[in-house]
Amino acid sequence: MLPQSTGQAISIKNLVKRYEDVTAVDDLSFSVEAGEVFGLLGPNGAGKSTTINILSGLLEPTSGSATVMGFDVQKEPGKVKERIGVCPQEPAFFPYLTGKENVELMGNLQDMPKEKLRERTDWLLDQVGLGEASSRRAGKYSGGMVRRTSLAMALVHDPELAFLDEPTVGLDPQSRRATWGLIEDLKGRGRTVILTTHYIEEAEALSDRVGIIDHGRLIALDTPQALMEEHGAENLEEVFIKLTGRKIREEV
Amino acid sequence: MRAQRVTALVTKELKKLVREPANLFMALIFPIVMTVAFGAAFGGLGSGSMDATYTVGIVDLDASANPVWAEAFREGISDTGVLIVREYGENETAHADLLQGKINAFVILPEDFGDSVDSFLAHPADPALWINSTLGLAVDQGSMIIGAVVPPLIQQVLAVTLFGEQALTLALPLSIAAPTQVTSSHLSQFDYMAPGLFAFSAIFITMLVAQAFSTEREQGLLRRISMTPTSSSEVIVSQVISNMITGATQTAIVYLFSGLMGFRSQATVAGIAYAFVIILFLVLCNVGFGLITASLVKSSGAATGLSFLFILPQMFLGTFVPNTGGIGRFVPSYYVTDALTSLFLRGAPLSSPVILMDLLVVAVVGVVTMVVGIVVFQRFGGD
Repeated sequence: MLPQSTGQAISIKNLVKRYEDVTAVDDLSFSVEAGEVFGLLGPNGAGKSTTINILSGLLEPTSGSATVMGFDVQKEPGKVKERIGVCPQEPAFFPYLTGKENVELMGNLQDMPKEKLRERTDWLLDQVGLGEASSRRAGKYSGGMVRRTSLAMALVHDPELAFLDEPTVGLDPQSRRATWGLIEDLKGRGRTVILTTHYIEEAEALSDRVGIIDHGRLIALDTPQALMEEHGAENLEEVFIKLTGRKIREEV
Repeated sequence: MRAQRVTALVTKELKKLVREPANLFMALIFPIVMTVAFGAAFGGLGSGSMDATYTVGIVDLDASANPVWAEAFREGISDTGVLIVREYGENETAHADLLQGKINAFVILPEDFGDSVDSFLAHPADPALWINSTLGLAVDQGSMIIGAVVPPLIQQVLAVTLFGEQALTLALPLSIAAPTQVTSSHLSQFDYMAPGLFAFSAIFITMLVAQAFSTEREQGLLRRISMTPTSSSEVIVSQVISNMITGATQTAIVYLFSGLMGFRSQATVAGIAYAFVIILFLVLCNVGFGLITASLVKSSGAATGLSFLFILPQMFLGTFVPNTGGIGRFVPSYYVTDALTSLFLRGAPLSSPVILMDLLVVAVVGVVTMVVGIVVFQRFGGD
């Protein structure tokens, strides 16, 4: 039975994740409205991927709570996973399967009806520019093609909530625009998207709201326009640099 | 447990097997190469269709006044066309040759053999006047075929010696079973090795499973699957099913190619079905070993190396390598080879207690290993 809709796709309260002496997520609290494209920004090692991993049921938080589409990620991870699609930062694909087989496999793991899966796979592969290459083994794909395959694998079951972790890294401008098109399509159909990216202009163009985290803490949360106004910046990148500094970070 | 997910994962595994050359070689090509190579090296390729003959020793201790009956018995043995006579002057040498496999059986004609026959012929209707005597018979226990065929043949020869050629058609007080006409291969070294090849192929599944899990973990694929509602039990069940399909295919391939190389199985259809069942339990066991291996190491290279901790003992103690002694009983492949040897080489019935016990042992070890593998993998083998 579905829980009562709260209008919130994600609700995080006092979330903490510690690895021995490193605190990756530090008392994080925010919510994302259903149908929103939410840009989750931060320097390397800020805690973005850890947050996504907790929200997608892959990691258990040290403390705090989180719900996704109304389901507690710790108590009902199965129900959460039925409603989300995750495009990981490092594209994970089965090299011995074709592009189409990779996408269909993920659809089958989501129990999609066969006919719907076939239609959705063909449509998605066309959208990401892999229609003609769909019958080739993914192990022979270029880096950009692999990333686009990974995106299609995440979206094949048309999830209510999509976590897209750096979906456009390494893509040429055409592929990048196609990916933006997919995100806009999701938004147009009321889906929720959590977008992490180092291309700040991408977040500025696509996101309804942006959250900036650093050292596991949320340091800014608002619409791109409001953040620029608040910090007297011409664009979101200036805001980002102003808040997180110029020091180069390494992944933890 | 959703059938659609398990089916999709099984299909993925089978595609990997067929499409990745290293997996294809290890799972399917390697058993073919092994079977053909061993068949060529140790088999009697092209010479395995002659009728069976068994060498029977005769220890003639007959001290009767009339030696003609012992001679008639010897001739009767030779005339069977199945038994070849080798004569011995005393018991010990015959026994030693039987132990060394130089003969398949030996008969001891007692001191009063001739007198006993004479007494019967003189008073056929009066058993009180017979001189009762017993022939000694020793048969190689290593072959159920010999055990089944040789004693009735010798009984038949003895009857012909006593009653003449019409012995089998006359109504006699003695009941003599008609010997079965057996057409069998001469057993080559390859025949003795072939049952071990079936287990030999299946034990490499440990390596395939260990590599599959560790590679997919390295490449983030297990994590990708865990981002879907797919449960870990569905992933493991799909591994078991796909490897059982692989094991069954290996069994069929080894059976086919060993036959082409001259191996003559004595098993019935039910026996062959039994062979598939016991090998599937061995596969289950090796999937468990593969899970344990993948749990203990973090890289696919290390998984390959560590998997030999499970493969080598099974290979050297439980397949075609001879003379494992009692230590072989500690590896599951020993029981598979033992059962298949009884079935394929000796034509043993499925109801044989030894064969049933072998199946029980492999089944129990398979289930236990699998459970341990799942527990260990879930605790230590994840991301």
